[in-house]
Amino acid sequence: MLELQHVSFEVNDDGGKEILRDITLTIPTGNLTVITGPNGGGKSTLAKLIAGIIRPTSGKILFDGEDITDMSITERARKGIGFAFQQPVRFKGIQVFDLIRLATGTKLSTVDACKYLSAVGLCAREYINREVNSSLSGGELKRIEIATVLAKASKLSVFDEPEAGIDLWSFQNLIEVFEDMRKNISDSSILIISHQERILNIADEIIVLKDGKLECMGPKDEILPKLNGTDSSIKGCGKGILKKEVE
Amino acid sequence: MLNLDAVSDRLLEEVADLHKVPVGAFNIRANGEAVARNSTANIEIVPKTEASGIDIRIKPGTKNESVHIPVVMTASGIKEIVYNDFYIGEGSDVVIVAGCGIDNCGPKDSEHDGIHRFFVGKGAKVKYVEKHYGSGEGTGKRILNPGTEVYMEEDSFMEMEMVQIKGVDDTVRDTKAELAAGAKLVVRERLMTHGQQNAVSNYRVDLNGDGSSCDVVSRSVARDDSYQKFDAVLTGNAPCSGHTECDAIIMDNGRILAVPGLEANDVDAALVHEAAIGKIAGDQLIKLMTFGLTEQEAEEQIINGFLK
Repeated sequence: MLELQHVSFEVNDDGGKEILRDITLTIPTGNLTVITGPNGGGKSTLAKLIAGIIRPTSGKILFDGEDITDMSITERARKGIGFAFQQPVRFKGIQVFDLIRLATGTKLSTVDACKYLSAVGLCAREYINREVNSSLSGGELKRIEIATVLAKASKLSVFDEPEAGIDLWSFQNLIEVFEDMRKNISDSSILIISHQERILNIADEIIVLKDGKLECMGPKDEILPKLNGTDSSIKGCGKGILKKEVE
Repeated sequence: MLNLDAVSDRLLEEVADLHKVPVGAFNIRANGEAVARNSTANIEIVPKTEASGIDIRIKPGTKNESVHIPVVMTASGIKEIVYNDFYIGEGSDVVIVAGCGIDNCGPKDSEHDGIHRFFVGKGAKVKYVEKHYGSGEGTGKRILNPGTEVYMEEDSFMEMEMVQIKGVDDTVRDTKAELAAGAKLVVRERLMTHGQQNAVSNYRVDLNGDGSSCDVVSRSVARDDSYQKFDAVLTGNAPCSGHTECDAIIMDNGRILAVPGLEANDVDAALVHEAAIGKIAGDQLIKLMTFGLTEQEAEEQIINGFLK
């Protein structure tokens, strides 16, 4: 599905800071993959590279075997990549229905649009005609963001920290959304950036990024115990990758 | 059916959503002359004798009726000033649809200056919709200078929707209002300017009565080399509340000046002004591009929503 080959990303201010270093990985078809690791490790940067919001300094990105490294956001979206922002964008005047309709790229009926809102635990009737503006709370906005990515039904859906800004009560609902997506994954893939153990728990594969480098990756059953366990087991996966967070 | 040319028909549709002769009271003005007029039992439309224009008298207690007074101009080089006075009876509840469409295919400027005065009776409710539209390939300018005066008696309510989205080269809009106790004025202005267009909007609202309130919100987009000025002054002369807002998007070389003006002459006057001008946020474009829209399509959607 998605392949990153020796991808690096540098920021040019103050003498060139390297944010990602030589990342090579594959997101297989039919899998839910979670990228985790300490803050500042380069997770969100990686998600933005995949969506095309930023371009790698070096390396290649392949999607279904095709080199998409130089493709725009629009082209990648049309090829089948969806992206849920960590901090969703607000729009004055654009209604929730408009946004869902734009995500599907079809002349969607209100009833169909409502299904996506219900799926993320929002009472569709109350939200469908609301403006996507500052009258919505962070949590509401976040769920609408996820609904738009569901509506787009991409081959690869990327979620950048979907749990950020969502309250505990809604979090349970969010897990169910991803569990449902996982059940119906068939020939698509899901990539979630997350710190949450419960999201890691529903992963097929886990990738750990630290200091811009790929620390380790593998099946959940292999990686998760190392992340959850004692200090020594964390050391077992690289060199104490999540130590800061454990402390 | 009206005997108008196809261009006039199209203009009528743009400014008043009219496909045929409207129901209720109406006065349709084309190229400087009234071409159709209808009064009803409760709404009387009478031409003025001393000047160009009409008096519209709405009987007290008139409910759920509408008045359409669209103006279309298709001949190049016409310049007219029209005075329309609305007398809205106590306790009535009506919709008034005005609007002007100019199609100028010639070299001379076409100008329509509509001066509207509203005398809103006690407890009356009015919804006023005014759309401006210009078209035509001529080098002559399409000019509209609407002057609106609103006098609101106790506990009356007026909502004004002013829209100018396309094709008007030059506009100076002057709106003045005086509000008595308990009166409420709501203004929603939507404006988009292109090319070399120029649009000035001046509001002067005097909140004279106890408990009067007003809310003036302008949303606008200035594209190409166009210029807009939004100048709203609220004066609170009694315990009252007032809010003005200018929310604007600039694109290309567009320029916008927002001038806030609040004057409180009573310690219980609560007046607020908000203004925000900026280009379309990059994040908004990116979000829509992740749906597969091009940057240009994303821009269109954002502006359409903003001016909806």
